[in-house]
Amino acid sequence: MATGHFKQGIAGGRLSPEQYADNFSDLHPPLDHHEALVESDRCYFCYDAPCMNACPTSIDIPLFIRQISTGNPIGSAKTIFDQNILGGMCARVCPTETLCEEVCVREVAEGKPVQIGRLQRYATDVAMAENKQFYRRAAPTGKTIAVVGAGPAGLAAAHRLARHGHEVTILEARPKAGGLNEYGIAAYKSIDNFAQAEVDYVTSIGGIDIQNGKALGRDYQLSDLTRNYDAVFLGMGLGGVNALRADGEDAQGVTNAVEFIAELRQASDLASLPVGRRVVVIGGGMTAIDAAVQSKLLGAEEVTICYRRGQEHMNASEFEQDLAAANGVIIRHWLQPKRVIAEGGKVSGIELEYTAMQGDKLVGTGERLTLTADQVFKAIGQSFVPAALNGSGALLALEAGRIKVDAEGRTSLPNVWAGGDCIYGGDDLTVSAVAQGRDAAESIQRALTSNGRA
Amino acid sequence: MADIRNNFVGIKSPNPFWLASAPPTDKAYNVIRAFRAGWGGVVWKTLGEEGPPVVNVNGPRYGAIWGADRRLLGLNNIELITDRDLQINLREIKQVKKDWPDRAIVVSLMVPCEEHAWKAILPVVEETGADGIELNFGCPHGMSERGMGAAVGQVPEYIEMVVRWCKANTRMPVITKLTPNITDIRKPARAALAGGTDAVSLINTINSITGVNLDSFAPEPTIDGKGSHGGYCGPAVKPIAMNMVAEIARDPETHGLPISGIGGITTWRDAAEFMALGAGNVQVCTAAMTYGFKIVQEMIAGLENWMDEKGHASLDDIVGRATPNVTDWQYLNLNYVAKAHIDQEACIKCGRCHIACEDTSHQAITAIVDGKRHFEVIEAECVGCNLCVNVCPVENCITMEPLAAGVIDQRTGRPVSPVYANWTTHPNNPMAKVAAE
Repeated sequence: MATGHFKQGIAGGRLSPEQYADNFSDLHPPLDHHEALVESDRCYFCYDAPCMNACPTSIDIPLFIRQISTGNPIGSAKTIFDQNILGGMCARVCPTETLCEEVCVREVAEGKPVQIGRLQRYATDVAMAENKQFYRRAAPTGKTIAVVGAGPAGLAAAHRLARHGHEVTILEARPKAGGLNEYGIAAYKSIDNFAQAEVDYVTSIGGIDIQNGKALGRDYQLSDLTRNYDAVFLGMGLGGVNALRADGEDAQGVTNAVEFIAELRQASDLASLPVGRRVVVIGGGMTAIDAAVQSKLLGAEEVTICYRRGQEHMNASEFEQDLAAANGVIIRHWLQPKRVIAEGGKVSGIELEYTAMQGDKLVGTGERLTLTADQVFKAIGQSFVPAALNGSGALLALEAGRIKVDAEGRTSLPNVWAGGDCIYGGDDLTVSAVAQGRDAAESIQRALTSNGRA
Repeated sequence: MADIRNNFVGIKSPNPFWLASAPPTDKAYNVIRAFRAGWGGVVWKTLGEEGPPVVNVNGPRYGAIWGADRRLLGLNNIELITDRDLQINLREIKQVKKDWPDRAIVVSLMVPCEEHAWKAILPVVEETGADGIELNFGCPHGMSERGMGAAVGQVPEYIEMVVRWCKANTRMPVITKLTPNITDIRKPARAALAGGTDAVSLINTINSITGVNLDSFAPEPTIDGKGSHGGYCGPAVKPIAMNMVAEIARDPETHGLPISGIGGITTWRDAAEFMALGAGNVQVCTAAMTYGFKIVQEMIAGLENWMDEKGHASLDDIVGRATPNVTDWQYLNLNYVAKAHIDQEACIKCGRCHIACEDTSHQAITAIVDGKRHFEVIEAECVGCNLCVNVCPVENCITMEPLAAGVIDQRTGRPVSPVYANWTTHPNNPMAKVAAE
């Protein structure tokens, strides 16, 4: 055990280098060739397969699995990429247990679904290792399209638009492309710099120019884009983090979970990354789980997730909850934060109030609980920051605080489409963002070619 | 407790499970291991005549096909008869028989199609104390090119002739092993009987190519870029073998001729099926070559448990019990009507029954009912073909339910007739006989 394991406060170097490496290795190691064949044999090749219908990108899952089983992983990868060009990352981060694998008939029959996610990773890994490019660009159309944000939605849109022969410029606020794939996913789900490898793979098609460090509202306005490009796709995600609405929230040691996760992903030396000895995470979604589990893996002695509703209400899937439990994270329910306790400006604990349902309403019971903590992560959701849109030009219609789009991804402004987490009505999943980006690109293609201009 | 002791043409063994003439019975080492594991008998791998032994290829002898999870379904081989010295084999046979007197040892033989060759080998085999001989008229590769094996088995006159020589020159029971590489298995069986054989055993292996290497474009197994057809065996050949056994068992000319059943027998159930069709015992090879000799323990226990459960006291109670139920198509009851039924509790909603029926058959299974994924038989379309049962991954989820007499068949709108009526009297049959009534 490293000497720093029980250091008080927020500190790095809690573990030995070997422990860090071990803790942050691949969560689901790839299937080897034999394992992939054995697993692919289990697929029944269902008619109108439930898995396929559960996939937001509608990947033809029975077909791609059959292609693996017949020794055609390259064909399998094409089946996946046809629907989802980010099939590699989705294979790693999709909550398959609540999507394709939840409805697999083997899940119904035996409680053991075909491991669709891992098979998808197998096939896409084979193709990406060979840098097998399946798509050729159509003849140049002369059309230019601006994409805001190089996350899953933006990349999926850009790839599809480039295929159609358009010239795409992606404007990305962060130093690297990838969006949440690069900055927002637990490190053990995307090892070996996979997010950047995938960006390179996707952009190899050509016709996609990614410009980093370009933030909407700071470096350019939406009206600049609508003026200078034939179409605009907005895929900038969510910029804001919801507040705890608890007293003392600004104490040192209260951190946004998404920032912690991003920092961890970018860290070149995990030992240098400080984490509290006793960590409390407020929230009940995937971000809460990612922050909690990674705190534990960084060497925190005690990690507690506090969620204001019951287990059945948690957004984090059962698998994710089990993962947290297996890593020693304690998940407590029916607790809402009331006050951050600080000593000398630094967090020393958090006071919470028990909650209960009163009819349809969640109310505090008045009973309080105090947990000792030297670090508190806020993971109670992110919000869209519309301020960046409010530059010169017409205002974009919002709905419930996010961009309003129709079924094809069209916003209220002509020639402006949107997709991913920034739109209203999504489910904040990588795979859904890919589907929305792809479908918006097809809508753009129809718009640019049906009015006689192309 | 069921008695599974076997008496096959006077050859006694503690159970009806023999190892077939093949690599597992090529030498004393293997045979002793088999007897220790519990096998009732062996047919020692085929001996040839005195002189320099045959040689085998020095590369792959086997090819295979596989099912899910690489379960071996079919195996083929291009191995020849024993490539060991005749005298060594004879010495070992004698010793093993002496050490294991309660087990059956039958010796497989293949010598040129000349009487003196048979006259020469029979006494030396008899001298070992072996319980009987099996004439290898089946081997379809290599030896047949030299006028032996299947080259004899494909000519009924030769079979009769050689069997007659053997019967005339030995006191040992003669079992004639038949090749399936013919058009009508009854002809060689009748010939063997005419020659005086005590029994037939079948099937030997089937001419086959198990695969083609798509890099070298050579058939597999491949020897230096070339391949030759091999003999196919294993679970995949069981249906073919069972039909041939049944054909001989129900042929009036050969009815009652003892049969040793061979072909893909892997479990006690396979063995019971062969015996029900008329085999007096069974011979196993591929299953042992796949899993080792221990499988016989499952076979023994499984057969005993099934017989106990069903009240069958001895093998005589089961041998041939299914034979009378094997008939010609023309005698099947055309008034029998069955419909598929899907157990909704057991259904896992894979939809394979639907797509099989919809794409390739009778459009008799739903996919959506009231907007929900639901698979149900449409009786008005169902012809009772059983395809859905066969493609369903869940055993007993789909069953064929006969309609009782008098019930209206939704497909034809007519009541099910209680009367047995077959094609021979059907009005659509231009050669129909006048109905008895």
